[in-house]
Formats: sequence, C-alpha cells, structure tokens
Amino acid sequence: MIAQMDIGQALGLYNYWVVIFLMMTGFYMVIARGNLIKTIIGLNIFQTSVVLLYVTMGKVKGGTAPIMPLDVGHGHGHGHDSHGHEEAPHHAADAADHTMLQHPLSGRVGEAEEGPASSVVDASGHFTGISEPSVQLTGFEDAAHSHADTAHQAAEAIYSNPLPSVLMLTAIVVGVATTALALALTVRIREEYGTIEEDEILEMDRTA
Amino acid sequence: MIDFVSQLPILMIVLPLVTAPICVLLGGRQLTYILALIVAWCVFAISLACLIQVNQSGPIHYEIGNWKPPYGIEYVVDALSGFVLMFVSFLGAIVLTYGKASIDKEIPHSKHYLFYATYLLCMTGLMGMCITGDLFNVFVFLEISSLSSYALISLGKSRRAPLAALQYLILGTIGATFLLIGIGLLYQMTGTLNMADIAGRLDVENGGRTLLVAFAFMTIGLFIKMAVFPLHTWLPNAYTYAPSVVTAFIAATATKISVYAFIRLIYGIFTPDFAFNTQPLDSALLAMSLIGIFIASAAAIYQSDVKRLLAYSSIGQIGYMLLGIGLVSVGGLAGGIVHMFNHALIKGGLFMAIGCFALRIGSVKLDDLRGAGKTMPWTSLAFTIGGLGLIGVPLTAGFISKWMLLTSSFEAGRPQVAAMMLVSSLLAVVYVWKVVETLYFADPSDAAAKAKEAPMSMLVPLYVVIAATVVFGVWTDWSAGLAQQAAEFLFTGAKQ
Repeated sequence: MIAQMDIGQALGLYNYWVVIFLMMTGFYMVIARGNLIKTIIGLNIFQTSVVLLYVTMGKVKGGTAPIMPLDVGHGHGHGHDSHGHEEAPHHAADAADHTMLQHPLSGRVGEAEEGPASSVVDASGHFTGISEPSVQLTGFEDAAHSHADTAHQAAEAIYSNPLPSVLMLTAIVVGVATTALALALTVRIREEYGTIEEDEILEMDRTA
Repeated sequence: MIDFVSQLPILMIVLPLVTAPICVLLGGRQLTYILALIVAWCVFAISLACLIQVNQSGPIHYEIGNWKPPYGIEYVVDALSGFVLMFVSFLGAIVLTYGKASIDKEIPHSKHYLFYATYLLCMTGLMGMCITGDLFNVFVFLEISSLSSYALISLGKSRRAPLAALQYLILGTIGATFLLIGIGLLYQMTGTLNMADIAGRLDVENGGRTLLVAFAFMTIGLFIKMAVFPLHTWLPNAYTYAPSVVTAFIAATATKISVYAFIRLIYGIFTPDFAFNTQPLDSALLAMSLIGIFIASAAAIYQSDVKRLLAYSSIGQIGYMLLGIGLVSVGGLAGGIVHMFNHALIKGGLFMAIGCFALRIGSVKLDDLRGAGKTMPWTSLAFTIGGLGLIGVPLTAGFISKWMLLTSSFEAGRPQVAAMMLVSSLLAVVYVWKVVETLYFADPSDAAAKAKEAPMSMLVPLYVVIAATVVFGVWTDWSAGLAQQAAEFLFTGAKQ
C-alpha cells in the first residue's frame, strides 16, 4: 500500500504524520523519562495526539463547522444576507426598495449637517453598484439561475462530521481528570519521598 | 408512569453514579457507608433481576433516551453480560459489607465519604463497561473505573501506595488510549460506534491494514488492563499497597471486566474467524497465557508478602481465562468464562481473609502471619479453603473451571496444553501451601500470638464468599451452566 503511495498523497496525509509524531513523542517520553512530571507531560502529549487523530478523521474536504447558516432560516431566494456577485439581480430588486428608503434618509442626514457626506456617498455608491447589473437583469437569466443554485447550496453546505469532535470533548475531559489525578499523586509522592525522580524513589524503597 | 421493570438496565448504572456525588455532599462517615451499602445491594438485586429476565425471555436491549441504535447509545444485557454484571455487583456489595472495620482501620476517617463515593464510581465504571453496547461508551466507563481505582489504590497506608497508583495510572492510561485509537480506526472504517452495527458493517475479509491496526491497538490496550503476563508490571504493586478492601474488590472484578471486554471484542466485533484464523491470536494467547501462568506462579512462590503473592497468582489466573479463549471452542470459552466467575469469588475471598489478618495482626508479611492459625482459626480456615480453590482441588469452584479447561483442551487436540495446566497447578500447590504452613505449623510470631479473631461483621461476609466457592464447586448449574449458555450464545451469534 505504501509503495503505491506517491509523495503527493503522503504529504496530503500530513495530519496523520503529525498524529504519529506526537504519539511517538509522548510515548517515548513516558517510557524514557524517570522524572514523574515529564512522564505525565508525555502522557498528555500521547493523549492529545489521539484528539488530533479523531478531529482529522471527522474533517470533510471543504467542509465547515456544522452550524446552520443564517439564510437557511430565511428560506430561498432572499440573497440579502449573502453577498455574492451572482445575487446582484435580487440585490437590484431589493435596492429598488432601498432607494425609496434611502432618499428621504440621506436628505435628512444632509439637513442635520453632521458628517453627512460619507453616508451620502455610501448611498450613492450603493446605487451605482446595483444599477449596473439591474440593466443586465433582462438579458441574463443564467445569472438568476445560478443564484438560485447557490442559495440551495448554502442550505445544503458541506459540513465536517461533528461526532468525532464531540467524542473528543469527552476524551479531553478524561485527559484532564487523568492529569489532575496524576499530578495530585505526584504531590503526595514528593511529600513522602522528597523527590520526583523515579530512580531515586525506587532506590530509597530498595534500601528502606 | 414509566414502566419500572423496563428501566432496570439503566438504573443499574445511574443509581451508583448518582449516589457517588450524593455521598460527597452528605459527608459523614456512617451515613455514607449505609447509603453506599444500600445502593450496592440494590444494584446487585437489579442485576439479578435482569439476569433472570434474560434467561426467561432473551437479551434485553435498552435504548437510552429512546434514541434508536445505532444513533443512540444502547445497553445490552445478554447471557454473558448479565452473568458478569451479576457477579461483579455481588462482589462489589459483599466486599463493601465486609469492609467497614477494615476501612475504619486503614483509611483516615475524614476521607471515608470520599472513599465510598469513589468505590461506587469504580463499581459504576465496571458495570458500565459490561452493559454498554456502544464502543465509545466502553472507553468512557473504562476510564471511570480506572480513574476511581487509581484514587482508591493511592489511599493505601504504605508510602509506596501513591507511586503504585501512579505507575498503574500511567500504564492504564496508555492502555485506555490504545483502546481509544482502536475505536477511532473502527469508527473511521464503519462510521458507527454501536458494537452490533460495527459488526454488521465491518468487512473483516477485506479490512486491510486499518482493521489490523485497530485490532492490534485494542487487543494490546485491553491486555494492559487485564495484566496479561508481559504487560502485568503495574499489578503486583497496585494490589500490594492498596487498602485491603480495595484489593479485594479490584482483584475480584477489574481484570475480569477487561477479559469480558476482550471476549466481546473478538466475538462481537472482529469475529473469531478473523481473530483466530486470519490472525494467529489463538496460538499467541495460548503461548502468552502458559508462559504467564508459569512465570507468575513461580514468582508467587518467592514472595514474602502474602498480598503480593496473591497478586502474582492473579496474573497467572488471568492466563487460565485467556487459555480458555485461546482454545476456540464452546467448551474452552465456557471454561474461561466460568473461571472468571470462580476466580472472582476465590480471589475476592482470599483477599478478604488477608484483610482480616491485616486488621488484627497489622501486617500481611509471611513472617508476621506465623502461627496465626491458632489465634485466628476462622480466618485461617477461610484462607485455606480459598487456597484449595485456587489450586483447583475437587469440590471447590476452581476445580470446575480447570476441569472444563482440561477437557476442552483435550477435545481441541492439545494434550500438551492440558499437561502444562496440570503442572502449573502444582506451582499453585507450592505457594498456597507455603502460606498455609506458615499459618498452622510455624511458631507464632509476637503479633500473631496477641491477635484475636476478626469481628463477625467481617467473618460473615467472608464466609459467604468462601461458602460460595464450595457451593459452586459442587452445584454447577448456575455457574458452569450459565457460562455454557453464554459461550453458546457467543458462538451462534458469531456464526450468523
């Protein structure tokens, strides 16, 4: 299997390489270190590598966090919340409403004479930006079509698998508990022996 | 009104789980003890009710929160898990009943309520590992039981107890994490965590390397928790320095639950065909268990601390259980399962007797136990009967399981395995005799001469367990019969 794997594939699996590297680092620390704190750190790294393993397997390419986007709730077609070029026709339709609102508004702001220029420019910028595609609207039905598709896609966006992440929340809690308990035991060992070097402790036990 | 009977499986887990924090909130020594005791016996009653129901009307499937499996977590009580749940909860309850005087002496009074809470948590974890049909749940419950047992072990009076607990913690965490990696790989292959669902989706013939790696990780992970011979190093220290009650409870239950999980793994998920035909697990198991039996039993002979002696003997006895699994036959598997049960009773009883010695003599060194047979006759008699069970003398429970293992190893065409089992029993004779001789035929040590018999509160539960080892050595319907049913259930389930 590995023989068939080209370099691109091997690099594409870089998450798994990191997992294995972390796993082996942690494992080595647990085995090789006589200092209890270092052993516990190694154990932590070892456990963390598994968290990465799970999160990696839950990741879907191009997938996003499994949170329902806002416009799904608004239904299809109302592209107001999602700003895209294809959505311009509907923007134009919306903009028609906006002009009705903005005209009296900008007029009022202008009368108030408090920093009115920028808001007016903004409003006018809005107008120019929208008026262009609104001209195209009649000629380009495709654009309207593609817009409908995107709205659909927004509703059925690609999500990463949430389950491994949820499992890892549990595993992280377990890891925290393990670390806390290990550190508490280390404190007690130090109270009893005055050292946290495993060799010295075993030596003291042997002579005692 | 919820149907009470249908909720029994979840109550078995929720009851001790909820009582543990209540114990912490209540505080107080007597109150929490009584509460923990009531709950432990309730759990036993529930598990007994479930077992009877399983025998009458087949496996119980409980869907937590009414979420249908494989989406929700499912609890399954079948012939095997019902049997294991029954004896684990029984030992949990009886050891707690026995333990009051011993706990009073060995554990600082201010920590008692925490002790009972942790004890209940440990019981929850062990029962949960047994009952759940969800693979990730197995990991969670394994960690609940492990973390609480690390804490329990560290309560030992010896200053070596925290180090023993930490060593166990490090190895135990590695084992549990291995299991977690294996579960992750299985999830990656099947997209589900429900054991039955995984078994249905897993293509064991074309699983390739991922399957193999998952299998290896999970097997090794459980081997560490089981204390199979080369991975046993945490066990002797943990058993020796833990408080007597904790040793009795953990020695009787914890390693057996891992054996149970291992059986589930092979028969419920990977199929025996993959484990034993595609992979040479049966030969590996036979080799490891026989080497383990011999080395651990030989090491037991040279121990001067009786607790440590019994700890090494436990490592050897785990070998017999794996031997049964490695024989790959209904008889062998049944022998392994019934040895789980019998050994739980025998080791539980022996460690309970040791707890009595520790209470009255203050030490469990062989030197200090000299002549205790005269001043503590009942405790010594209990130890002797338990020891005979450990050897496998006829009319004791140990004989039944060893007999089943012997006959099935002949049936499997492996007479050399049977021969080695017989020889290894001689080693057990040596180390048990060593203790018995010290108790009865040596000049009394100062401490033993001054000791008086253990209190009735400890002797009665001790004799209940010891009597059980004799009862189940004569009347085998319940132990061997149920184990046989469970083994047949696993084999037929695997063939489907």
